[in-house]
Amino acid sequence: MVQISWNDRRSGSERPSLESRGSVIPENIEHIVRFKNIGLRYGLGREVLLDVSFALKPGSFHFLVGESGAGKSSLLKLIYLALRPTRGSISLFGHEIASTSRDDLPALRRKVGVVFQEFKLLNHLSAFDNVALPMRVAGAKRKDVDRHVTELLNWVGLKDHMQARPPTLSGGQQQRVAIARAVISRPSLLLADEPTGNIDDQMGLRLIHLFEELNRLGTTVIIATHSQQLVERLGYAQLQLTNGQLAIIPGRAEIEPAATATETEKTIAEGGDIQNGHPDSHGVAGEEHSSVKVSSVESNF
Amino acid sequence: MILTARSDLPLDKDEHSRFLPWLIAFMVFLSILAVAGMLVLNATASRWDTGVRGNLTIQVVPTDDAAVDEARLNEVLTVLATTPEVARYNALDEMRLISLLEPWVGPSAVKGDLPLPRLIDVGLKHATDFTAEDLGALLGGRVKGVAIDDHRVWLDRLVRIIETFEVLALVVLLFIVMATAGTVVFTTRTGLAIHREAIEVLHLIGAHDDYIARQFAKRALSLGIHGGLLGLVLALPTLWMLTHLASSLDERLLPDIGFGPWHWVLVLAMPVSVALIAMTTAKVTVMRNLARML
Repeated sequence: MVQISWNDRRSGSERPSLESRGSVIPENIEHIVRFKNIGLRYGLGREVLLDVSFALKPGSFHFLVGESGAGKSSLLKLIYLALRPTRGSISLFGHEIASTSRDDLPALRRKVGVVFQEFKLLNHLSAFDNVALPMRVAGAKRKDVDRHVTELLNWVGLKDHMQARPPTLSGGQQQRVAIARAVISRPSLLLADEPTGNIDDQMGLRLIHLFEELNRLGTTVIIATHSQQLVERLGYAQLQLTNGQLAIIPGRAEIEPAATATETEKTIAEGGDIQNGHPDSHGVAGEEHSSVKVSSVESNF
Repeated sequence: MILTARSDLPLDKDEHSRFLPWLIAFMVFLSILAVAGMLVLNATASRWDTGVRGNLTIQVVPTDDAAVDEARLNEVLTVLATTPEVARYNALDEMRLISLLEPWVGPSAVKGDLPLPRLIDVGLKHATDFTAEDLGALLGGRVKGVAIDDHRVWLDRLVRIIETFEVLALVVLLFIVMATAGTVVFTTRTGLAIHREAIEVLHLIGAHDDYIARQFAKRALSLGIHGGLLGLVLALPTLWMLTHLASSLDERLLPDIGFGPWHWVLVLAMPVSVALIAMTTAKVTVMRNLARML
């Protein structure tokens, strides 16, 4: 049983990445992400996203589904600020992106952990240095970086590969490095683009459990996936993209209890505001989750 | 250590930047020669100016009557002796005049009927505003046919020539700085293009432009210091050779170009300056390019 400090949300005072969190995320924000009438086109091509509107509550868990070319990756890129929409407005952590100065964007990006479909690891750096990047970028002290990165790599089972360069690692190992890099700074929002696409079902399920545990610690999670089996099995709410248009499918737990379903339908009708994506309807991070230890994640992982 | 600082970008593996230290070495070599040239020219002008300032030559124009010429000479010497601003004076005798002329007109010519003026070398006291015009006014009322030369006309021309060369050296220095900066801009832009994907990743995990620019700046500084030291190593023997060559020439032709402490400081500052220019240029280039990204 491994118990490491970075899993405790309230122990963030030790972590530089958390120290600045308060200045970026206003207290009691209503939505982590809010899209309003978003349209996106590349160059002079057709619009790949059409009037997409939705809002995600802090601590929710969603699958982003749709066929290839439906616009899933584009939507994720808009959220992690790699693209600007052609029209409409995006709000991230309560900040209107269009009116946010470019100098303030890095602080917002540090609150978003991204597991890219193609990993985007830096091949010239070791697994350790890849995972350490977000902390170093945030100006963390070397001893903190060493401690947290070592703990996390131990946790994801890469203790013996810390100094290995990504090209020498297997696909699954690279994926774990990418995930470790995405979560090392305890992001408020975790985005994963086909995180189970290149690995076997067993490993995929373990990774999903990891995301669930992070979600229970308060992180809002969006996972883009092709796997309908995974979506149905876990029963979280879905953001379904079809030819650039978004439909919101409530989670299993939101459908089953009548009161919850009614509330969900109401909020969707009012603009697609999902109250909570958890099947068990208790996914919003609260004080009761702050002491959850990684050991519980490890058992699932 | 800045030269071994950890970098998130593999800038030390870039093939395109390997030539940069050699180019910087060449630039530093040229800039040190240009600066040394300026210092020598400046020292020459200064030495000539100091040597001539306060020195006058009085010319007593000859007449057909040698006795009259002698009387006029004595009258001038009397005036000089009673003028408090005059520190020294020396009337050149005829033999000395002939020895000065012989190399130019030949021994037979000066022994003939060539009329020779009488020359008096005059030294004024240092802390005085007394000028050739003042002395001319004193002499003009008492002795006719006297010309006073303070050597300003030819000295001013020489100094102007030297100043022109100094400006040229400065222009060369400016070109060196521009060429260095231009090369660093090109190298940095190539580096930005090569590492675009890694830079995007750094951006996406929250790196500020400054964080990325610092890595390019550190690399440019490192290459600049290596190149600068190489250029210095090449320039020092060249300077020594030039100094040695100058000291073997006639002292009156070239002044001693031995460097003082401040001159050495200036020479040693050249590689550091070029390295700092490379660093600043790289940083500004990266910041400007990244500002166009999201």
